[in-house]
Amino acid sequence: MAAMSPELVSALFLSVQVALSATLLNALLGIPIAYVLARRRFWGHGLLDLLVTLPLVLPPTVTGYYLIVLLGRRGVLGQPIYEATGWSIAFTWYAAVVAATVMALPLLVRTARAAIESVDRDLERAAWTLGHSEWRTALEVTLPLARNGLVAGLVLAFARALGEFGATLMLAGNIPGKTTTAPLAIYTAVQTGERGEALLLVGLLTALSCVVLIAAGRLGPRAV
Amino acid sequence: MRLAVENLAFGYPGKPVGEGVSFTVKPGEVLCLLGPNGGGKTTLFKTVLSLLAPRAGSVRVDGESVAGWGRPRLARTFGYVPQAQLTGFPFSVREVVLMGRTAHIGPFAVPSRADHEAAAAALATLGVAHLADREYTQISGGERQLSLIARALAQDPRVLVMDEPTASLDFGNQVRVLTHVETLAGRGIAIIFSTHDPDQAFLCAHRVALLSQGRLVALGTPEAVITPERLGAIYGVSVAIAQVEGPAGGRTRVCVPSLARPVAY
Repeated sequence: MAAMSPELVSALFLSVQVALSATLLNALLGIPIAYVLARRRFWGHGLLDLLVTLPLVLPPTVTGYYLIVLLGRRGVLGQPIYEATGWSIAFTWYAAVVAATVMALPLLVRTARAAIESVDRDLERAAWTLGHSEWRTALEVTLPLARNGLVAGLVLAFARALGEFGATLMLAGNIPGKTTTAPLAIYTAVQTGERGEALLLVGLLTALSCVVLIAAGRLGPRAV
Repeated sequence: MRLAVENLAFGYPGKPVGEGVSFTVKPGEVLCLLGPNGGGKTTLFKTVLSLLAPRAGSVRVDGESVAGWGRPRLARTFGYVPQAQLTGFPFSVREVVLMGRTAHIGPFAVPSRADHEAAAAALATLGVAHLADREYTQISGGERQLSLIARALAQDPRVLVMDEPTASLDFGNQVRVLTHVETLAGRGIAIIFSTHDPDQAFLCAHRVALLSQGRLVALGTPEAVITPERLGAIYGVSVAIAQVEGPAGGRTRVCVPSLARPVAY
């Protein structure tokens, strides 16, 4: 096997960093979204559901294109930010985090929503009649009871974020040492005939994914 | 506190259950809610407790609508005794009763000595102090029901809503629960309870509300509301009402159904 070149090490670390950041963002964004989709009826419910789920069915490059339209230097949000600060998220590692977050979100939201919906509503009502606010009931009753599903969703989100390719390439590009994540490095290595490097990364990513799945299995017996 | 239900329409999204329901309950008053299965009793209770939003009308406490009240405030006003169900959580009876103090405990506080004393006092009031350390899942149905009433009592509510508190209890426990209903009313709590046994209304209710197909068919004293004609119309059975002398003196009424002459309604 080929020795680990600095580019490979960097790609691997970047991938883990991006996937962990995206998983954290998924927890902060996705669990509240899953909760309101499961437990509230409001105007725009269907639209929110659709928007969150779309990246699951759209080609990743299409999702990536929308992200460019939104966040690129001349994007809907990106241009005002660029004009105000001279900084653009495009082609930074933050862009890889955004792409991975958006692509992983539907997996977490769908898994978490199903878990929250399966929590016995009478237990929530009991907490309400005893004086817990909806907020406290969600935090202390509903989400703990849905824990296994939430962990499963976060594991899926991490795995999806770790493997993100298309949307990342669109928004973050493939800048070695800066935005080249492991999947992009594998593609580059194969394209340039570095079969040894590709094989090494493939093996490492496979091993990492197995470790994550096994760890999740230990955390909650029925999590994954 | 005076509870007033005003022209209440209740039900689920897209599925109305009842409408036009109005009644009041004063402190110390016991209102018995009678009605056939599927008549809307439980849905009405859920709406009174703000677990369901009213489709129309309002629930008022001392004239103020409870719409928009937070759960802690609702829970300090309304105590709820659900039908005793078995959950999978092996809490001790003491812990179950202590949960009644939730609305009185701050978000990050733990139960204080006063909360523990309130829980112990509630268990003592219901005569089940000896159950405190037993597992809630291991005690009998009657003991569970008394524990849930103790929990509601620890909550120190102004209005107590009891959903079929005597369902699935043996005769002795039914009478004991009704005795406690009377005692709690004597402390100035307004009580609404539902039952399938009209005799219980004669025993301990000041007024009876008869709910059928989501509407109040009658509201008044037990003697005025519970008549052979109404019971026949609502339950489809023929009933005689007899006056008897109770064991402690005083006269009470009992409903005696007939198996031989079912009414065709």
